[in-house]
Amino acid sequence: MLTSIKDECAIVGIGMTEISKNSGRSELQLAAECVSAAIKDAGLKPHDIDGLTGFTLDHVDEIEVARTVGIPELKMMSRMPHGGGAPMSLVQQAVMAVSTGMCKAVVGYRAMNGRSGARYSEGVADGPETTDAISWGWYMPYGLLTPACWVAMHTQRYMHEYGATDEALAEIAVAQRDFASRNPNALFYGRPITMDDYYNAPYIVEPLKLYDCCIETDGGAAFVITSAERAKDLPHTPAMVRSAAQGAAFDQEVMTSFYRDCITTLPEYDLVAKQCYEQSGLGPDDLDAAIIYDAFTPIVLFQLESFGFCKHGEGHEWVKGGTLGPDGRLPTNTHGGLLSEGYIHGINGLAEGVRLIRGTSVNQPKKNIENVLVTSGASMPTSAIIIGK
Amino acid sequence: MSAKTETAPSAPQRMRPVVGHDNREWWDHINEGQLTIQKCKECGTLRHPPRPMCWKCQSLEAEHMPASGKGIVYSFVVIHKPVIPGYEYPLAVAVVELEEGTRIVSNVVGIEAGDVKIGMPVKVSIEAVDETLTLPLFRPAS
Repeated sequence: MLTSIKDECAIVGIGMTEISKNSGRSELQLAAECVSAAIKDAGLKPHDIDGLTGFTLDHVDEIEVARTVGIPELKMMSRMPHGGGAPMSLVQQAVMAVSTGMCKAVVGYRAMNGRSGARYSEGVADGPETTDAISWGWYMPYGLLTPACWVAMHTQRYMHEYGATDEALAEIAVAQRDFASRNPNALFYGRPITMDDYYNAPYIVEPLKLYDCCIETDGGAAFVITSAERAKDLPHTPAMVRSAAQGAAFDQEVMTSFYRDCITTLPEYDLVAKQCYEQSGLGPDDLDAAIIYDAFTPIVLFQLESFGFCKHGEGHEWVKGGTLGPDGRLPTNTHGGLLSEGYIHGINGLAEGVRLIRGTSVNQPKKNIENVLVTSGASMPTSAIIIGK
Repeated sequence: MSAKTETAPSAPQRMRPVVGHDNREWWDHINEGQLTIQKCKECGTLRHPPRPMCWKCQSLEAEHMPASGKGIVYSFVVIHKPVIPGYEYPLAVAVVELEEGTRIVSNVVGIEAGDVKIGMPVKVSIEAVDETLTLPLFRPAS
């Protein structure tokens, strides 16, 4: 085990733009120029870089830097807080990632029109021209404003390419309300729905109906992680972290990656799955249950495919016939999920994953649960873990 | 009396695009009635939405070439809820694949939202949607 980072890493390239009172160009361009220059100074190419670290105060998002400069895949992104206190912590982030083997090469950056643009001396101004705001600006005028819209766009194409119908979505929607109906902590406790309920519900954004969409709730969820050694002395069966991975992929946008050759698969989730399996030495056959992020039903299909439970385009067939139910191949979202337990941004799902390892879920499957997959949002830069006994 | 007075819009309006250094030229062309595609001057790679550097060759040199405006519906949604002031529902929004190969998101108009289909040929129609906003919309191509 790595116990020291001493001499593990080195700064191998630097890059700068000129310093002026008016750059005459965007902060994104400034970032692209200095990042590109640093990569060149190091004798590397954009495809050699797989991590980016920056400031929370930066107006330029990592994924915009990556797609602009031509860095195809990112395995680590971090934003370090507290303004002037941050810069050396960027070095720390990069050293941690590289010395542990998480990344091969990490670039840290800061780009700002600190004089001609938003000036700290003037306080908070309206509407800084962030890359995030510019990105949403391609969709807002047309009314494409909600997560349901963005997911529906991928879903419509998925149905077209693979012949999927809302039968698969209904299967997920009904199975999860069934789990929730037995979970006293769920909003849908005691409220199972039928297939008829699903089909008779109104459209929110075609092809998504009411029960394809998660509920909105108040609440909190948290977890504590400690060392495996320390965990031995604690009261509960520890949920060992077998792997933990993050990913963004080529031409990534937040939830609107519509410009890739294929929009019916999630290359960022393929990247996360590959890392999860490589870190843990496990494969899909070793996973006994799953907590799959389910803000909307179709994204469950996309994730099952990325994690290799079936091939791309086959998820809609794979889930039919109770696959995700209590006695199925992969009991999934046994708490009812975001669809019907509640929406605590996936941390409630992590809690249920730990319960499955401990054997204390209200819907504990009869079979032995050795390893559980827990995922995050889909059709966006994302992350996942595998936990086990 | 203030020298600068602003009149409140008579009806709720669509949200505005966010225009900055990297996409101003593209929106300027729209306001002049022309749909364009950003093209790398070094390697010829087309890109949309516009960005300040070519992802393929890292060149900063780019130009905006006129697009034919012809394309097909690559994917689409029909929005029913939530109803947001400034838009008419049901609202069809599509990813249109232009014949040059790049894609663009916009509304499909001049057709019932429920009749939009993947693969449908469409053509750009640059229209003033209110007093101060011009957008490239798409209509079915005959």
